[in-house]
Amino acid sequence: MPAVTQNQTEKAIKLRKTLTPAGRAWRTFRRHHLALASAFILALLVLASALAPVISSYDPDAASLNILAPPSPEHPLGTDDVGRDLLSRLLHAGRISLSVGFGAAVLTVVIGVLVGAPAGYYGGRLDALLSGLINVMLAIPILPLALVLSSFVQTNLTFVIFIIGGLSWPAVARIMRAEFLSLREREFVDAARVLGAGSGRIIFIHILPNTLAPIIVAATLQVANAILLESALSFLGYGVQPPQASWGNMLQDAQRYLRTVPELAIYPGALISLTVISINFLGDGLREALDPRLQV
Amino acid sequence: MNRYLIRRTLLAIPTLLVVSVLLFGLLQLAPGGPAALYAGPDAGPEDLERISRLLGTDQPAPVQYLRWLGGVLRGDWGISFRYREPVVGVLAGRLPNTVQLMAAALLIALLLSVPFGVVSAVSRWRPVQYLASIAAMLGVSIPTFWLGMMVLLVFSVRLRILPSGGMATIGLEHDPVDRILHLIGPASVLATMYIAAWSRYVRSSLLEVLHQDYIRLARAKGLSEWTVLTQHALRNALLPLVTLIGLQGSSLVGGAMITEVVFAWPGMGRLLAEALSSRDYPVLMAAFMIMAVLTVLGNLLADLAYGWVDPRIRLS
Repeated sequence: MPAVTQNQTEKAIKLRKTLTPAGRAWRTFRRHHLALASAFILALLVLASALAPVISSYDPDAASLNILAPPSPEHPLGTDDVGRDLLSRLLHAGRISLSVGFGAAVLTVVIGVLVGAPAGYYGGRLDALLSGLINVMLAIPILPLALVLSSFVQTNLTFVIFIIGGLSWPAVARIMRAEFLSLREREFVDAARVLGAGSGRIIFIHILPNTLAPIIVAATLQVANAILLESALSFLGYGVQPPQASWGNMLQDAQRYLRTVPELAIYPGALISLTVISINFLGDGLREALDPRLQV
Repeated sequence: MNRYLIRRTLLAIPTLLVVSVLLFGLLQLAPGGPAALYAGPDAGPEDLERISRLLGTDQPAPVQYLRWLGGVLRGDWGISFRYREPVVGVLAGRLPNTVQLMAAALLIALLLSVPFGVVSAVSRWRPVQYLASIAAMLGVSIPTFWLGMMVLLVFSVRLRILPSGGMATIGLEHDPVDRILHLIGPASVLATMYIAAWSRYVRSSLLEVLHQDYIRLARAKGLSEWTVLTQHALRNALLPLVTLIGLQGSSLVGGAMITEVVFAWPGMGRLLAEALSSRDYPVLMAAFMIMAVLTVLGNLLADLAYGWVDPRIRLS
């Protein structure tokens, strides 16, 4: 064996040893340029929303007589139909839409795990019952049901998060059920059981960490899903209530001005699309980075 | 196969019953009784009592539900609070419009997604791959209603090629060209998400199949790449798509609803949105149940179609 090759082999072995699973995931993720760019855009969007009062000093809900103004130095994107600064409103709406997205995604995953894990782990009657519930939930068109629910009460932010989370979990539960169904048969679970671990300990300490990869991917996609659902609800007038701005309800108002001031409709929708597409690409990159079956 | 079909069909019935109980219970919780809504603000307490007896809402909820269910099975779906005519009649006017919209959207999606998916799978050219993945991601990420608004803005406000909503121009209700022009906008908007989702699916599924041994064998036999693709690979690659299409019933129903609202399309979805704001509970309940039936039917067809195209799972 020539010296160079041996040297390279040694280097490769050394490299492999020093790579932690997280390091390997990062290496795969880095190669997914679109996902990397998306993570950057997303960070910018979150930052811009978080710093909304710093970037634009206008109160997003303060009306003025300067209505439907074109872009100017005072109002970089102009004003809306009751004279509110459009940039300010877009940034503050971003806070709302992103919080609903993240909040609802967390709730979706928590419920999904709590339903899917026992169904897959215990099997039998419990599984039949929970799977039945999942199937019934999947048979209900989400958007109309969310509309019916939110039409009954004066909705607020928390309520919108609960409605979206409470209706989106079956998809996650199905994934978690399948994961637990396969993982419970593995040796490390047997080993834990032999050592005297109880079911709760096995589910949460031994199996759950092993499902982290699909959970992270599902959670990411649920954020996108929740933002879309929130915008649809708000667009139809049953989500986030005015004067509080969300990208969805800004579009509801903009509908009337499509002919005259189309910018009012273009900006919020473009921001929703940009956010959702970034999250989806991020999810794609994470899936490739975290799924060991896809790794070469 | 027959036993499987019967079992699956029978399973759909309890699912729909549970859905209807849930929804009925939900509407019971709604603020303001139906009698008050039906009677209007000028009604005195005596009127309310009379109307509530007439509508049957003075009975306990389980009795009301059983009455409603019995009525539904006999074809009596109640009286619309808003239109003051039988719900069946109101629905009959709207359902065909929604079905027309959905069918057109599914057709467009199917005709475009398969070629898109195949091209992006077999293309060795990097820009094509990048473009395809960005386009597909855009398609699933853009909110349907915003896409609808942008289509209206570009094609009817600016370019004036397409009508600005509705099903037909007044006076031209029987002109097929006019009907098609009205259909193009909403159907393409509704189809976009599925074009994107399905072409992604076709792509990954085809890539997987193309790595199989029997494809290498077909190539080794000297078959042209075209024959390998269309005769050998595509058939197997398209199998999972059948299931996917059926499973998207729920999202199709939601998508159709919001498309109908944007394009003022007089279908079920718009009816549901109107019934919601006017609190027309009998119509709401019926429209919702029909959507649930469409969803369950989609899932059922997905299962059955899968058994039909893939002989391996026929026996299970």
